[in-house]
Amino acid sequence: MSALVSLRRVTKSYVRGKQKVEVLHGIDLDIQPGEFLALMGPSGSGKTTMLNLIAGLDQPTSGEVMVGESRIDKLSRGALSDWRARNIGFIFQFYNLLPVLTAEANVEVPLLLTDLTRAQRRKRAQTALQLVGLADRGKHKPNELSGGQQQRVAIARAIVADPTLLVCDEPTGDLDRQSAEEIMNMLQALNRTQGKTIVMVTHDPRAAEYATRELHLDKGQLAREEVRHVA
Amino acid sequence: MKMWRQIGAVTGMNLRSIPQRLSTSLVIVIGIAGVVAVLVSVLAMSTGMLKTMNNAGRDDRAIVLRNGSAAESGSVLTRDAVRLIGEGVGVKRDADGKPIVSAEGIRLISMYKKADGAEVNVAMRGVGPKYQTLRPEFRIVEGRLFNPAVNELIVGKSAHAQYRGTNIGDRLVTRGGTWTVVGIFSSGGDSHESELLADVETLNSAERRGGAQSVNVMLDSIGSFQAFKDSLTSNPALAVDVYREREYYKQQSKVIGRVISVIAYVVGGIMAVGAIFGALNTMYSAVSARLQEIATLRALGFGSTAMVISVLAEALLLSCIGGAIGAVLAWLFFNGHVVSTGGTAMGQLVFELSVSPALVAIGIVWACAIGLIGGLFPAVRAARLPVATALRAV
Repeated sequence: MSALVSLRRVTKSYVRGKQKVEVLHGIDLDIQPGEFLALMGPSGSGKTTMLNLIAGLDQPTSGEVMVGESRIDKLSRGALSDWRARNIGFIFQFYNLLPVLTAEANVEVPLLLTDLTRAQRRKRAQTALQLVGLADRGKHKPNELSGGQQQRVAIARAIVADPTLLVCDEPTGDLDRQSAEEIMNMLQALNRTQGKTIVMVTHDPRAAEYATRELHLDKGQLAREEVRHVA
Repeated sequence: MKMWRQIGAVTGMNLRSIPQRLSTSLVIVIGIAGVVAVLVSVLAMSTGMLKTMNNAGRDDRAIVLRNGSAAESGSVLTRDAVRLIGEGVGVKRDADGKPIVSAEGIRLISMYKKADGAEVNVAMRGVGPKYQTLRPEFRIVEGRLFNPAVNELIVGKSAHAQYRGTNIGDRLVTRGGTWTVVGIFSSGGDSHESELLADVETLNSAERRGGAQSVNVMLDSIGSFQAFKDSLTSNPALAVDVYREREYYKQQSKVIGRVISVIAYVVGGIMAVGAIFGALNTMYSAVSARLQEIATLRALGFGSTAMVISVLAEALLLSCIGGAIGAVLAWLFFNGHVVSTGGTAMGQLVFELSVSPALVAIGIVWACAIGLIGGLFPAVRAARLPVATALRAV
């Protein structure tokens, strides 16, 4: 099976003051379709940087990043925006919902970048909310929802446009234990029942247990890999 | 289509979040309202003055001054010259065959404003017996016309509203004598309503002067002007300049009108620079406050153009609201407000400030320009925001 995500000799460096800091050193990585990959490692190990490169939020300093058929390290800023809209669903640690919009309108946001009609967009947003168990909360604004509910709205937003890849940056980092478990069960269900490929950055070993593969980064290099057999 | 949808969605979100940023948003609105109110008010002065001066003339009337005189105050015409002017080609004649001309002279007299008691120079104009025929717009609105050979005068409607001692029966003391106010007149809202009128011979006698300063002539038709002018300028016994009356008054108001406009734009410009910084500050704050939203939308695939236009749209909307408030304030407080000002060769000119639709449009254009300039840099910042860094900063 050919990889959905493929990183080859990827380096990423930043300039801080007068110093050049290399965050990733020659990473090679393949992620297969339908995988649920957890990226772990200490702070500063480069896991969020790697996630940003895979999601097309950032460009590598050198090396190749292929996602599906697209060599995204070669895309312009504008083309990369269009590519993200078509291929990536984002789930952030702090949910990043738009506070002035209702839950339903938040879920509808990625669909504004498609050719769907207003009625089609609404229907799909309601279906996505139903999928995350929040069909009755569509008219609520984010500040009227709990943290766990907000993250479920964010998941609905991430899946509503049926992206190729879901990227999650510490999705349980701001949640209590019970809500974190609900969210992880939901991501696992999306991975198992709908075949969604998920790449997740986490510090939490309990969250990482839901993944099919764990990758540990240390000082910008892949340090350890752990493959889990799905029950 | 998708682009417009993006722009609409982002702009809608921006606008809906304004109540959460009300105080900073008000900086733009109030700043620009102030700029527009001042600009429109001062320009209303210039517009009102020009309107009053432009109302003063007709194309079928001509005014004759001594050659080289820029205004009536610097002109002197002898009795012979006045007679020769009346005999010029194209001068309209009345039923008795007499030329419809008015030899006129102006004296500046000291009066006091009703509003603040300030001493000002007001034009007292001596006019000839054909004055009423020459000016069909002239009407006595109260009292009666002055009689010749006695020290009587009438006051213009605007002068009556502005200056003390202008009621019927009041007496005005000038260097040459004491004059009784016997009537109040209107003349179609033109600059003559700022003056006092008396018989020219009586005024000359009181002031111990002779001749006239100008001769105002009714022409047979608008087309007779050139023939009339040629007949006077080719007469070796005369050294005169001939103007169409409308052209003359326009010329008189040009300099002061331009000065007021320059003041308006200079003051407005200085205030606008301040307002631009206010708008910049507000929109930078707005972009900073929405850093998370902007980064999230960019991550989801929204383009930088939508970000730029949405920030500009917000700046434009706020500045347009400010502009409209400024224009309404100027209109409420100053439209129709009667003021008087010096700076003309005819002493004080009384006129109404006029906040015209054109001035409101100028104000709104200024407001939009301030909003656009103030919104541009924050908009570019929103568009150039490195998404990954911005998301991490949240």
